[in-house]
Amino acid sequence: MAQVLGGITTSHIPAIGMAMDRHEEDTPYWKPFFDGYPPVRAWLEAQQPDIAVVFYNDHGLEFFLDKKPTFAIGTAPQYHNADEGWGIKPIPPVTGETELSWHLVNQLIDDEFDMTVCQELRVDHGLTVPLSLMWPGNRYQHIKVIPVCINCERHPMPSPKRCYKLGQSIGRGIRSFAGDQKVVVFGTGGLSHQLDGERAGFINKAFDQYCMDTLVGHPEELTRLTNDDLVEKAGAQGVELNMWLAMRGVLSEHVTELHRHYHIPVSNTAAGVLVLENED
Amino acid sequence: MSNSSHADVPGTIKFDGPMATKGYALNKMCYSFNEASAREAFKQDEAGYCDRFGLTPEQKAAILDRDILALLREGGSIYYLAKFAGLLGLNVQDVGALQTGMTVEAFKEKLVRAGE
Repeated sequence: MAQVLGGITTSHIPAIGMAMDRHEEDTPYWKPFFDGYPPVRAWLEAQQPDIAVVFYNDHGLEFFLDKKPTFAIGTAPQYHNADEGWGIKPIPPVTGETELSWHLVNQLIDDEFDMTVCQELRVDHGLTVPLSLMWPGNRYQHIKVIPVCINCERHPMPSPKRCYKLGQSIGRGIRSFAGDQKVVVFGTGGLSHQLDGERAGFINKAFDQYCMDTLVGHPEELTRLTNDDLVEKAGAQGVELNMWLAMRGVLSEHVTELHRHYHIPVSNTAAGVLVLENED
Repeated sequence: MSNSSHADVPGTIKFDGPMATKGYALNKMCYSFNEASAREAFKQDEAGYCDRFGLTPEQKAAILDRDILALLREGGSIYYLAKFAGLLGLNVQDVGALQTGMTVEAFKEKLVRAGE
């Protein structure tokens, strides 16, 4: 059966991609952020995963409000990035996966998660920036990616509890897949930030640290939060914590925290990194 | 049941069904800015481009005035408005400064202070 190696959380802010394009990783502004990543890359290098399940949200590249899925999953052999309208450079195609992904679709729908299934999907910075961060120089084409997209842009949004359960269903799917693939799971986005309104620039360090602490050993505690709670405590875009919860749902009950990093600010955002290794 | 503000979160408009209805044309126009040709067409004739998408007079005025807070009140979603901001050459700190009435430098300083 396929194996879940562990999970990684990471920010996916477009400005990170732009900074990498401009080789600004060692500038005073960016260094404290990028310093969080060498241990993550070393872990990936040591583990050599075959497949990455990436929880992300689409910020208006593939999905507009005309048809907006609550949960979507990709089953395509390849994914393309495209112009998002404000200057982040499109990056090389992302390699997809067509076997485990369909197995996950079956598992999810059996578990009453009625996914939108995408055989074509343009993937935005929410998915591509983490890949560029993990494999600098955009050397990510060896890894097969299964995108899982969660609505974080328009209320009503799936609850933290529902997102965690989505992850649990995907975890069951991976563990019941006949194969010897090694799978890593990314929870992208977050942590606290708010882009819109008079409250723009809101960041809540104490809440972020509580979320990182709790996600490791007591994720179910976080599933008692509502999306309105997240807006209040983590800012309007702080609901991206839902992608972290989905990632955590895939992992085993007990995990080992191998690495943690937290930095404020990157762009308008608090950026958190975790590497959690599965214990079974 | 449905309520377009987070009652207890000042300075925050909840982008929900009613707001998505109100802002549909505005957001659809901003979504079009993913295409370079659309960005160019807007720059050539801003008011005419707004009319093609059927923006209300309030939405159109807010676009022409670059009034981000008014755009949010008129049903704009920050994710699509970000594409409008990009077209104007503004980043999210610039947009934050516009919405909070701060200078960009003061807004950036506020973000740094949040980490202390």
